Order: sequence, then C-alpha cells, then structure tokens
Amino acid sequence: MEIKKAAVAGTMESSDCMVTIRPGDGTLDIQLDSDVKVMFGTSILETIQDTLASLGVTNADVEVRDRGALDCVIRARVECAVCRASGEAFDWTKEAAYHG
Amino acid sequence: MAEKTIRLKRTGLYASGSTPVNMIQAIFYNEDMLVYDLEDSVPASEKDAARLLVYRMLKEHRPEGKYICIRVNGIYSEELEQDLQAAVRANPDCIRIPKVEYAREVQAISRHIAEIEEAVGLEVGKIELICNIESYMGVLNAQEIAMADPRVVALSVAAEDLTASLKAQRTKAGLEVFYARNAVLLACRAAGVDALDIVFSDINDEEGLRADTALAKNLGFDGKTVVHPRQIDVVNSYFTPSMKEIKYALRVLKAVEEGKQAGKGAVTLDGGMIDKPMELRARTTLAQAEAAGINVERMVL
Repeated sequence: MEIKKAAVAGTMESSDCMVTIRPGDGTLDIQLDSDVKVMFGTSILETIQDTLASLGVTNADVEVRDRGALDCVIRARVECAVCRASGEAFDWTKEAAYHG
Repeated sequence: MAEKTIRLKRTGLYASGSTPVNMIQAIFYNEDMLVYDLEDSVPASEKDAARLLVYRMLKEHRPEGKYICIRVNGIYSEELEQDLQAAVRANPDCIRIPKVEYAREVQAISRHIAEIEEAVGLEVGKIELICNIESYMGVLNAQEIAMADPRVVALSVAAEDLTASLKAQRTKAGLEVFYARNAVLLACRAAGVDALDIVFSDINDEEGLRADTALAKNLGFDGKTVVHPRQIDVVNSYFTPSMKEIKYALRVLKAVEEGKQAGKGAVTLDGGMIDKPMELRARTTLAQAEAAGINVERMVL
C-alpha cells in the first residue's frame, strides 16, 4: 500500500500505542519509543515490520509510541494507520478465519 | 445449520472496541458473555480502528470459558459490511445485532454471514445471533424476529433507545418498559430462545440492582446485560439455580423416568401432577446448573 499522507492511529492510554505514519523518502524508517523497549523492543519492532510487510509498505516514516500494548494491539494500530495514510480500506479477503 | 448447545448468558458485559485496556480487563471478570462492541461505545471516527482491534484481539488473545460476542453496527449503517467481514473471520460464538425491528433484517444478515463463512471455510450456521430489541417496532415484531432464523439464540431488551422511541421517561422503577420486557420474553419463549433483560443503570445502587434482577428472574428472563463489572456477581447469583431448585428439578425428572418405566400415562410428585412444562423447566434448570459448573449428578436428594 502506498503511504500518501500523514495519519495517526491509537492513543497514549495504558495498554495501547500511538502509531504515526508519513510518506517516506524511498526507504522504511521505524522509530520506537516504549516503556518496555529494553525487554521487548526487538519483539515489538518485529511485529511492526511484519505488519508493514504484510501490507506491502516499503516507503514510509513510522513512529510508534508504545504504552505496554499487546502484540495484537500494535498490529491493529499499524494496520489502521496504514489504511488511513493510504486512503484504502483494509482488505479482509486476505485474512484467514480463526479456527480455534 | 450447526447443532446448538446450552450456553449460560446470565450476565453480558460490553467492552468497548476502541479501548484495549477495557478489552483486556474484561477477560478477568466473571461475566458469562463478553460483548466486544463496535457500535455505541465507539466514536464514528474510530470505527475502522475498533474493528481491527477487536479482530486482532479475538484472533490472538481469545478468552476461554466465556460466550464471545461481537456487537456490530446497525443494520442500515455503512459500517456493517466491514464489521461483518471482520466479525465472521474472528469466528465468535455470536454476533449481536443492534436495533432489530423486522425478521427480514435478521434473515438478510444471516445470509450474508453464511456467504462469508463459506468463503473463509467456516462451518455455515455456527455463528449465532442475538438481536437487540430497542424500539416499539422491535417489541411489536419480537416474535417474528425471535423465529426469523435458526441462528437466533436470544433477544435482548435495551431500555434507553426503547423509551426514546416510546416517548416515555426512563425511570429507575422501569414501569415504562414493563410491558416491553414481558412482550419480548413471551416472544422468546414462543421461539425457544433465551431472553436477556435490560441493564440497571445506577452502578452505585446495589439494592436497586438486586430488586430489578429478582424481578427479571421471576418474570422468566435468562440473564441481564450489565453496565459495570461490579454488577456481575450480583446478577450471576440470581440467575444461577439454587440448591432447592436443582433438587426439585432432579426429583421431577426422577419421577418422570420412574413413571415411564412403569408405563404410567400420568406422573405425580408430592400429590401434584407433573406436566410437560414442568419437565421442560426441570431440564432447563439442570442445564443451567451444569453450565454454571455445578455437578448435579452427585447431588443427594
């Protein structure tokens, strides 16, 4: 997905994170600010990178301010920010159902 | 259609899809039914975010031992299509539809859910539906709504929008919605689905909550929607069968069984005849007790 404008998703409340995404200068640049960066920084970055890759985002400046969000929350916030920044709806047809 | 099982719905607690901390905390309370909300608790500007949050939360942090619902946006909302795409893929126990007024609305949603279930390889018909009755038209059509589709497992009365549609004043005593509660209850009984009662809004009035829940239980409701976690244990206690009720139910079924084996046409207990409704009520009581974790088989009569 092409990042066409700046967009934000999420909040600074506990257990949440705020994702800001802007058009890049040809590369993918990710900045992470987290209370738990020392312990979980690598894992959080992997989640952000995986999510961006699954959405085909290769050119963007991404800033994530984490307040102890679960992986699933980070993933959802990144997805939402990308959709808002690209002006496209989330493509549900690519999502498999939960089978337990 | 998939086979239905008895699932306790004594308490239904809403967790806003716009607030991760609410969804995480809600897992640790004792509610039977956890409703992830995409509707009223989510601002219009955050519908897209809530949809993704609820979807990801249910896929990766699904609570165990609870009846999981997603309340989607209204039938005529432009959010509904995306909500259903997300909700069906999350594969909850149930989708809760707000402001239902006609059977055809339920049937249209059920058909669309089936299309998505089929497309993503889920068993068609397994996801159940609870219809929220929130208007005078919904009350008038409650029976056709309750019987609209095999997915429907319960109707839930919601008093705030209902009183607005009635031009009534909402009061704590609730006389203005007394008829509606009973009308919906009768519809549920006719259709053989669960009846879920209105919320009691004053979270600081435990005595009022107890009185309102006792009324709901005595009227015949199966459970109640709560607005705050502190209401859960009180409401659960009223909708869990008491030892006296369980023992009586066991005695009824024992008498019925003995009557069958003896080839009797009519069976009596304590001098009174046991009819079919009594037997049905006894079976329901035991099913509720078992769903609440009470071992009825080892109970001494």
